[in-house]
Amino acid sequence: MVKTIAAVSLPVLEDLKIRKNRLTGGKQKEKKRISIVTGIHGDELEGQYVCFEISRRIQEHPEYLNGIVDICPAMNPLGIDSITRGIPAFDLDMNRVFPGNQSGSMTEYVAAEVIEDLSGSDLCIDIHASNIFLTEIPQVRINELHREQLAPVAEKLNVDLIWIHGNSTVLESTLAYSLNSAGTPTLVVEMGVGMRITKKYCEQLTDGIFRVMQEMGMWLGPVKEVRKPMIADGSDPVSFLNAPVSGIFISQAKHGDCLKHGDAVGLIVDPLEGTIRERLKAPTDGVLFTIREYPVVDEGSLIARILKRQTDLQEK
Amino acid sequence: MRKEIIYENRSLYRDAFRIQAYIFGTGRRSVCIAGSMRGNEYQQLYTCSQIIQALKRLEKEGRLLDGHEIMVIPSLNPYSMNIEKRFWPIDNTDINRMFPGYSEGETTQRIAGAVFEKIKDCAFGIQFASNYMPGEFMPHVTMMKTGFEDVKGAMEFCMPYVVVRNPRPYDTTTLNYNWQIWETKAYSLYTTTTDRINRKSAERGVDSVLHFLESVGCVRYGRRPGYLSKVVDDQEMIPVRTEEAGLFEPMVEVEQEVKKGDLLARILDPVDAEERSRIYAPESGILFFRHGGQLTYAHTAVFKLIPV
Repeated sequence: MVKTIAAVSLPVLEDLKIRKNRLTGGKQKEKKRISIVTGIHGDELEGQYVCFEISRRIQEHPEYLNGIVDICPAMNPLGIDSITRGIPAFDLDMNRVFPGNQSGSMTEYVAAEVIEDLSGSDLCIDIHASNIFLTEIPQVRINELHREQLAPVAEKLNVDLIWIHGNSTVLESTLAYSLNSAGTPTLVVEMGVGMRITKKYCEQLTDGIFRVMQEMGMWLGPVKEVRKPMIADGSDPVSFLNAPVSGIFISQAKHGDCLKHGDAVGLIVDPLEGTIRERLKAPTDGVLFTIREYPVVDEGSLIARILKRQTDLQEK
Repeated sequence: MRKEIIYENRSLYRDAFRIQAYIFGTGRRSVCIAGSMRGNEYQQLYTCSQIIQALKRLEKEGRLLDGHEIMVIPSLNPYSMNIEKRFWPIDNTDINRMFPGYSEGETTQRIAGAVFEKIKDCAFGIQFASNYMPGEFMPHVTMMKTGFEDVKGAMEFCMPYVVVRNPRPYDTTTLNYNWQIWETKAYSLYTTTTDRINRKSAERGVDSVLHFLESVGCVRYGRRPGYLSKVVDDQEMIPVRTEEAGLFEPMVEVEQEVKKGDLLARILDPVDAEERSRIYAPESGILFFRHGGQLTYAHTAVFKLIPV
């Protein structure tokens, strides 16, 4: 059943509505609830296919569903419709206005309504797609403050990497931080690239979501085996490679490559003069898990992230 | 006066990105004045350009006092202004969300880092800032409560109001916040407008800065009369919201005193001009902020009042 989470009138002949589809199954009175959220950034579309695929699989076998699945594919509908990352007209990152304020501005009001609706879910998964500049292997990012509760769930999500990162004041205004702080466990997934759908990654994550639902007793049907993720944890587990000069980036490495220090990552070229401005090499041994997608780079543009060391979560 | 390029990097096809500072006087770096950091901050750029003119005049007249260096950086982001875009051309990031910066980081982190390295040791930092809400403001100085804020110093600008407020999470990456953490006494100045030049308001901004420079012993200005600033906590201000979206038709001007019950604006249906709602002053007060858009969204604070 499609419901409206938040609605506000726009000035000219239009209402802004944030909607969700609630799928319910099972006979018990007290039902567990999982919320699948995406589209906070209007240029991140990978979650669109995940939402569709979850809904499709459930509708194919409604008899297996034992709980409530809320699917919210468009947190920022104006952004999705206009290929805008933030909230159009405000040039504001929607993921910096949570937990919002019922009596605040339009954006704060919408954020507060969203939080109210998602609060109380047994699990919330917020799906992001990097941005248009970088492509990412499927990964879950966890604030170290919430690791104990979230890491065991993330391990079942069929992602390739779990990145446990330090707390940052700026991130305190994200949806995930607000929900986690208020007691609703929320995982942030990053995968693929902005403005595109990477079907393989979407199916991989969807398999993981059904595996997690099975673990929660919400899915009684068969699920696929999930992969064991790499873990980025501890101090300084990730090496960053930024462009030393501006130019056009030509990739020479791909996702998941195990690189040795000095291996080629790509070139920065100058098409006007026909020259190579810089040969980019891996600054360390490790697994390439982020790579530049958008070719135009400024000095400083992020080119790659390499996982230097993996930690075993069980040891932690 | 001398000019110095304090940051430069090469682009692939555009001319180099350059940040230029104007430096007056010699001695200890006493004051740094930062102007437009976003591509639509024309008023901030214009006000700094007028400060440069004023300091040139004082220099010529021998009224810059020894032992103080004053640095003015009118534009920290010429690339965005030249293409009429508010944030960074490629990735839409905001330089004023990148402080203290990082020299090995992404482009705008590097810009912020390089600039901050040059200006973090000044005794006083003045930034002509803009708000994300489009509109007109009563000229004022904003201070974030960091524990280092210097409200008394802020009154030396002789602007009508000094507004103090609690920092929000994203404020921790602004220039003002980081200046304060690095023990610079920092002040954010707001003149009336942002993306439209208001000469009169800019003139008052210049006057405020000269008042301040005189108070800290950098210049001999020969004071013009200024305001005895009133300190207001952000929490005391009364936001006046519209619950209806529509065409915004304001009836009052910023700085105007209004009485409780006065009609402040009408919200009209943009299609047929039917009146959707009227907005009245909930209390008597001075109009501190007025929404600047032709249209308004619902749940929007279209005015802010300082109660009297």
